[in-house]
Amino acid sequence: MAAPRDEILFDHNHDGIDRRGFLRCMAWAGTGAVCILNGGVLTSYALGRGGEHSIKIPKGELTFVQISDSHMGFDKPANPDVIATFQAAIDKINALPVAPEFILHTGDVSHLAKAAQFDNVEQILKSARTSQVFYVPGEHDFVGDDGQQFRQRFGKDTQGTGWYSFEKKGVHFIGLVNVANLKAGGLGSLGAEQLEWLEKDVKHLKSSKPVVVFAHIPLWTVYPDWGWGTDDSAQALGYLKRFGSVTVLNGHIHQTMQKVEGNVTFHTACSTAFPQPKPGTAPSPGPMKVPTEQLRTLLGVTEVYYKNGQHALAITDSSLG
Amino acid sequence: MQRNTCVSILRAAALATLAMALIGFASRASAGQNPTGLQIAIDNFSFAPATLTIPAGTSVTWVNHDDIPHTVVSEDKATFKSSALDTDEKFSFTFAKPGTYPYFCSIHPKMTAKVVVQ
Repeated sequence: MAAPRDEILFDHNHDGIDRRGFLRCMAWAGTGAVCILNGGVLTSYALGRGGEHSIKIPKGELTFVQISDSHMGFDKPANPDVIATFQAAIDKINALPVAPEFILHTGDVSHLAKAAQFDNVEQILKSARTSQVFYVPGEHDFVGDDGQQFRQRFGKDTQGTGWYSFEKKGVHFIGLVNVANLKAGGLGSLGAEQLEWLEKDVKHLKSSKPVVVFAHIPLWTVYPDWGWGTDDSAQALGYLKRFGSVTVLNGHIHQTMQKVEGNVTFHTACSTAFPQPKPGTAPSPGPMKVPTEQLRTLLGVTEVYYKNGQHALAITDSSLG
Repeated sequence: MQRNTCVSILRAAALATLAMALIGFASRASAGQNPTGLQIAIDNFSFAPATLTIPAGTSVTWVNHDDIPHTVVSEDKATFKSSALDTDEKFSFTFAKPGTYPYFCSIHPKMTAKVVVQ
């Protein structure tokens, strides 16, 4: 039986958003805690490993899951079996108390943009307890053909290099591509055409509408030496400045990281394939080999909850082991 | 007389071989060559040496030692462009014309280096 672990009541900004409590809740990331925002109060529930799932989510709420960096085709020592860990991630999703309405994959679906690698991911996702999967590409998905195969498979209703938007339960979702036309020495890049589209896409939305942006490379500067940032993201964030609730979901760095800046919550997800070192703690951001029994504790999925009328979405990370 | 010619031919050959060996040694010393050809190593998301200076007509081979794939792409994305190199895979390019050739990894664009052809 899931019992409330904590109830936090801090409303410093007098806007019904319990940011301090939110951040404290996030400190439990990886332990399998569910944080639910209800009437401005953040409550966390421990997700048991067994079948103790009895959290009642009222109707009208939206739950979805973010997965990232499956790197299908990777087979080096950091993880010789990315198929098994990707399946474990789907099993974890299928064991959630509430089935997600959809899954967001924030890219590096494949390791080398090969047909068989994309096939494997699609095959395994068929066993996911959800009705839809939305994708944005990572730089590995653009290897060899600038994303042509990726767009054919996952980007049928997208524009340009693969950007698009859609609505779910009153939340506006925007998928951006920041891995195309990368310049020597640069970071991730959105490009003028996509930024122009983004400006138009949000122009007539009410500022009270929650917005979720998902893209592969972080849209904030995490660690530029390792390419962990996007050169022209400031312009994109400028178009979203007036919105009361903006959630930015990214991947690429293979570890969870958060930042809250005004009304914008930035969050990166774990990989389902292999971990990468924390910024500056290794000579490079390559795959990080850890003892086998530790691997799954450093891989994971991210659950996101939204309740109609509330500001911030509640984001929870769950590790695979 | 035949013997003297033989000896002088042999001596000339020896001198020529020595001379070629010295030239070979000199170019190896200035360009970081190993016995099988000029190489640039890709390690920890960087190219080594970061600047390679070579005479025109030299062939250069890149080899990836990382556990993640990289590419070798000239900055203009046209002069040379490798496919994705997985661990231990190689790419070679012969630099015929003098000039400076900056290049990068198109998957990890922060990785930059250059070849200077004299």
